[in-house]
Amino acid sequence: MSESNSNNEPLASEKPLAKEKPLARDKSSASQKQPDVKKKSKTITRGPGRRAQQARRQFLRSVALTVGVSSISLLGFIPLPSDAKRHRLRPPGALLEEDYLSSCIKCGQCVQVCPVNAVKLDDIDSGFGLGVAYIDAREQACDFSCDGLQCVLACTTGSLTHTLDYTHDTRMGFAIFDKPKLCLAVAGKGFKGLARGPDYEGLLRYEEIDRWNPIPLNEYPYDVEICDLCVQACPIEQRYNQCKEGKYPSGDKNQCTPEHAIGLELIEEKNGVRHMRPVIYDGCVGCGVCEMICPTKEPSIIIDYDKLTKRPLSEHYIIKSKKGITNE
Amino acid sequence: MNNILESLAQLFGRTPRKPRKDELSPAAQKMYFYKKGQKVTKQQLIDLHDEHHKNSKNKWRKRRWITLIAVNLLFLVSFSLDIQLLEGALTASRFMGFHMADLNSALQVMLAHKTVLINLIIGVVTVFIMWILLGGRTFCSWVCPYHLVAEWAETLHLWLAKRGLAKNYTFHRGVRTVIYVIFALLAIVTGYTVFEFISPTGILSRALIYGPTMALVWVALLLIFEIFLSRRAWCRYVCPIGITYGIVGVLSHTSCDLRYD
Ligand code: SF4
Ligand code: SF4
Ligand code: SF4
Repeated sequence: MSESNSNNEPLASEKPLAKEKPLARDKSSASQKQPDVKKKSKTITRGPGRRAQQARRQFLRSVALTVGVSSISLLGFIPLPSDAKRHRLRPPGALLEEDYLSSCIKCGQCVQVCPVNAVKLDDIDSGFGLGVAYIDAREQACDFSCDGLQCVLACTTGSLTHTLDYTHDTRMGFAIFDKPKLCLAVAGKGFKGLARGPDYEGLLRYEEIDRWNPIPLNEYPYDVEICDLCVQACPIEQRYNQCKEGKYPSGDKNQCTPEHAIGLELIEEKNGVRHMRPVIYDGCVGCGVCEMICPTKEPSIIIDYDKLTKRPLSEHYIIKSKKGITNE
Repeated sequence: MNNILESLAQLFGRTPRKPRKDELSPAAQKMYFYKKGQKVTKQQLIDLHDEHHKNSKNKWRKRRWITLIAVNLLFLVSFSLDIQLLEGALTASRFMGFHMADLNSALQVMLAHKTVLINLIIGVVTVFIMWILLGGRTFCSWVCPYHLVAEWAETLHLWLAKRGLAKNYTFHRGVRTVIYVIFALLAIVTGYTVFEFISPTGILSRALIYGPTMALVWVALLLIFEIFLSRRAWCRYVCPIGITYGIVGVLSHTSCDLRYD
């Protein structure tokens, strides 16, 4: 139809084709500019043996192409061996990893709605994870500042299951206290300054500053006697405390989380040494804010899903979900 | 009906056949008669062709490129300027809130996930109807970002081929159908959307909207293959998207009807 005008290349440009093409299928290959080629192609294509040979070659090439393309596509099975890429933190409500990878249509609508740009799409080194949404909590965690699981609402396929209603229904992962030796609280130290230094670009919502607009983390200096940044920043913990004070988010009691997520506890070691340390409770949804804000060089607290429990991430979320989501 | 079957057969790779004598209208037969009577040399044909193109202003190609670039830019600005007109990427999107889903991506997802995803159905139906009206494989030339770069690669290929610097290895046109079936099977068997891993359309669309990725290297390799070894190889011999939309196109009313009267 409308294409008629677009093919404006001179017809005679497929010179090498004359030798290869078994059937003069393309109109363009039938007409040759250079007279010598024309003569040659005439004599060559005339012989029936030659023709059969060409057809056979083309057939073999076609088989090679099929095998080649299929093999390349199967390279997706071997994501470059980086552990972090195999165990990605997924956005809230993500199905079990395998179902998640198969159902995600790689559109990035979840990326577009996130106010803190926590959601990103994976690259080709993650194999079949290419184009699939993930969260790198240390870079930018999901702090639920959208207040309504916007990424879940945006998802066209239900890869991020729409059966979630509230932030505390999610279970992206589970925080674990990974490096007690680094933790400032354990060492009895406080923290003063910018949690992640002046060059850190991540955002975080501080409700007392602006409920609707997250601000750069490097605009919010801390000054605490004993470091409890992870506890302070935890969105679930904040919500828990709000509700305890009777201040329901948007006046909706349903948005209250029933359990604590994280707190500092005084621990007494066997040798009698007493120190504070963060303890993670069942209310933790694995959003990763604690990992993001932890001021130690490497985060003392990280989101993980099988170190502690030997269970994949999203199963927690299924166990936890009160709605009994049918992922199986 | 016959027409539809013939279109399908050609889509799946059968060599187009010449119409039989009795299929030609009298007017067309007359035309053929004159055509045979008047011998033109190949050189004359080429000159005619060149002449034609010298005079044409590529009106339709311009419109096509503008549409293609506009659609893809709309994706980009919707996100970067946050005007929320066309959110998502080519694989699935919302146009002013209306769901759209690329038919091939949706098919791959449903085969891999083995569930008819209700959320996707609305998008699939919308897009299906849209391309029934617009002619199916018009998707390729009017929307697909890979098509555009492949066209440029093709121009380069032709330029090089003229000087003997590039080859055009051809493949059987049926290869694409075989590959189509293979990708469908792979999606079912592995449970991954295997084709999406190598789809230059998806990769380019996402790279444009969300920023460049390493996956672009694969697209570059494809283009290099097309430039030096085989003209327009991806679209001609591999791309399942072309077949999916081709099937829609067969059902569509927009077709090329050649008449001699
Ligand atoms: S729930 Fe978290 S990741 Fe999802 S859009 Fe909201 S802030 Fe972003
Ligand atoms: S919106 Fe859903 S389908 Fe689209 S990229 Fe995000 S998770 Fe995948
Ligand atoms: S403890 Fe950490 S991961 Fe768990 S909910 Fe709180 S901030 Fe998120």
